[in-house]
Amino acid sequence: MIQLENIVKTYPMGKSELKVLQGVNLNIDKGEMVAIMGASGSGKSTLLNMIGLLDRPTSGSYLLEGEEVAHLNAKSLAKVRGQKIGFIFQSFNLLPYLSALKNVELGQKYARKPNPQAAKEALEKVGLGGRMKHRPNELSGGEQQRVAVARAIAKNPPIILADEPTGNLDSKSSKEIMAILTNLHIEQNITLIMITHDPNVAHYCQRIIYIQDGQITGEEKS
Amino acid sequence: MTNIFDPLSTAWTTMVTHKLRSILTILGVVIGVSCVIILMSIGQGTQQTITNSLNTLGPNILYVTPESAAQSSIGRAPVSGMLTLEDAQAIAASVPNINAVAPTNSIGMQVIAGNQNMTAQITGVTPSYQQVNNIQVVGGDFISQDQYTGFAKVALIGPTVATTLFGGENPLGKSIRIGNNIFRVAGVLKSKGASFSSTDSAVLIPLTTLQGMASKLTTTGQHEVSSIAVQAANKNSASAVKSAITSLLQFRHRIAAGADNDFTVISMDEISASINTALSSLTILLGAIAGISLLVGGIGVMNIMLVSVMERKREIGIRKALGAEGAEIWGQFLLDASLLTFTGGLIGLGIGWGASSLITATGILTAVVTLNTVLLAVGVSVGIGLIFGFLPAWQGSRLDPIQALRSE
Repeated sequence: MIQLENIVKTYPMGKSELKVLQGVNLNIDKGEMVAIMGASGSGKSTLLNMIGLLDRPTSGSYLLEGEEVAHLNAKSLAKVRGQKIGFIFQSFNLLPYLSALKNVELGQKYARKPNPQAAKEALEKVGLGGRMKHRPNELSGGEQQRVAVARAIAKNPPIILADEPTGNLDSKSSKEIMAILTNLHIEQNITLIMITHDPNVAHYCQRIIYIQDGQITGEEKS
Repeated sequence: MTNIFDPLSTAWTTMVTHKLRSILTILGVVIGVSCVIILMSIGQGTQQTITNSLNTLGPNILYVTPESAAQSSIGRAPVSGMLTLEDAQAIAASVPNINAVAPTNSIGMQVIAGNQNMTAQITGVTPSYQQVNNIQVVGGDFISQDQYTGFAKVALIGPTVATTLFGGENPLGKSIRIGNNIFRVAGVLKSKGASFSSTDSAVLIPLTTLQGMASKLTTTGQHEVSSIAVQAANKNSASAVKSAITSLLQFRHRIAAGADNDFTVISMDEISASINTALSSLTILLGAIAGISLLVGGIGVMNIMLVSVMERKREIGIRKALGAEGAEIWGQFLLDASLLTFTGGLIGLGIGWGASSLITATGILTAVVTLNTVLLAVGVSVGIGLIFGFLPAWQGSRLDPIQALRSE
């Protein structure tokens, strides 16, 4: 499903270069639930952005469902990203002036898959069937993240990427979110990749990848 | 597909979400558009008023006036022309396709009736003056041929003169004194209002009588007149009549070929055309001055849009992460800007229109809002949104999604 081969990402830093990813090789199969762990500055966010097509590698190959996407132009990247990737962010990233339902529908719009019925079902699935008309500031952190999860799944993408999805939540909400994500993974066989530094969260996943200084240093399967 | 996310409703949401900011942003456009409308409507209203007043005389009227020395071209010997009654008679006798010739001469004199007096322009006229100048007499009759040839001491007075000298009384048949002569009021002229050819303040007497009172004979014993109005048979013959009069007077005044004429023949059409040209330039100038305020308003819009792009960086990042293409972001910001300025344009149109109506209602000036002005104002305001929204929108569309997402 996801095949990264010798991915390198460097940023210019004055006269020298900052090597954030130094030749990452990674295969993730369909239906896997993977956690990426590493210290801050290890390159884990850059790796996730690369997988999510928000960023392009300096060199290397990225096959997404068999298609080479490492060097697509911005427009094609946006298209593939919209259709295949569902993002969940640490800080929710909902549009404040739209209701929960409209935020979910916005995700479908950019995936070119408008479907109001699916949007409602997604919100019901995350337990917000009764709060569809609420705006983000009328919802708790856990509820906002559930809206974000609904936004990610309502367009029915093959891959969901989560960047510290529980980073801003208390332990109770964290457990709820992880339960929802685990359920989705099991029920719909969605490929789920998340960044976390919380070992409790990571252990929901069958596979944990450790990254340090831009290189994969180890892997753990449960 | 009914889509709540169509760009227009998103733009609307953005505008009403930031009400105060939107109002301040469009204020410049509102002021600019209303200024353009008010100034242009005044310009066009004035133009219309003057054109209407010119049109009270037919387009087939030509005026012959003496060319004064001051108006002759530089580098040539000054010519000081003079028109005479005999010139007028020659025109009437030999120029084809004319209906009437009306020579006039006027002097300012005091007019006295009872214990009232005023200074008025006393105009000596021929009977044909009535036809050429489209004069209507409310009471009494115009100067007849007999009165003209008989040096009759009769006068027709304009309504303003009648009111000043006689108050509410009927002046018909009463006596007025002009200089040392007593005149009988033979009629009162119908009011023409404040038009170009108004005779409201006029006192008309036979030209022969005037010449007897204030004789101005030329060295050759002819009778001087101040102007000659000629009515051509119709509008189309006006230019032929004009050249015929010119050749005739050149011959009569012994003007050498190539020398400057000592007279001018100008048609009503030429007068209105030149006045219209001047007024059009004035209208455009007024519009351009107001246009500067629109430009300033546009820069204000650009400023706010740049701020808005920075403020909505995160939103742009979110939309891009969800799959929005740069062009969609670009289009959205352009639409936002255009909707703002369009709304500003509509409000400005309302204010400008209202102010123009108010100006007209006061009666000081006439302000006319034409369809062109409306289309111009609305078009320009949308154009300002597109032009000044372009740069901010482009910046927004080029944002890197990762950096945009990181911003607060």
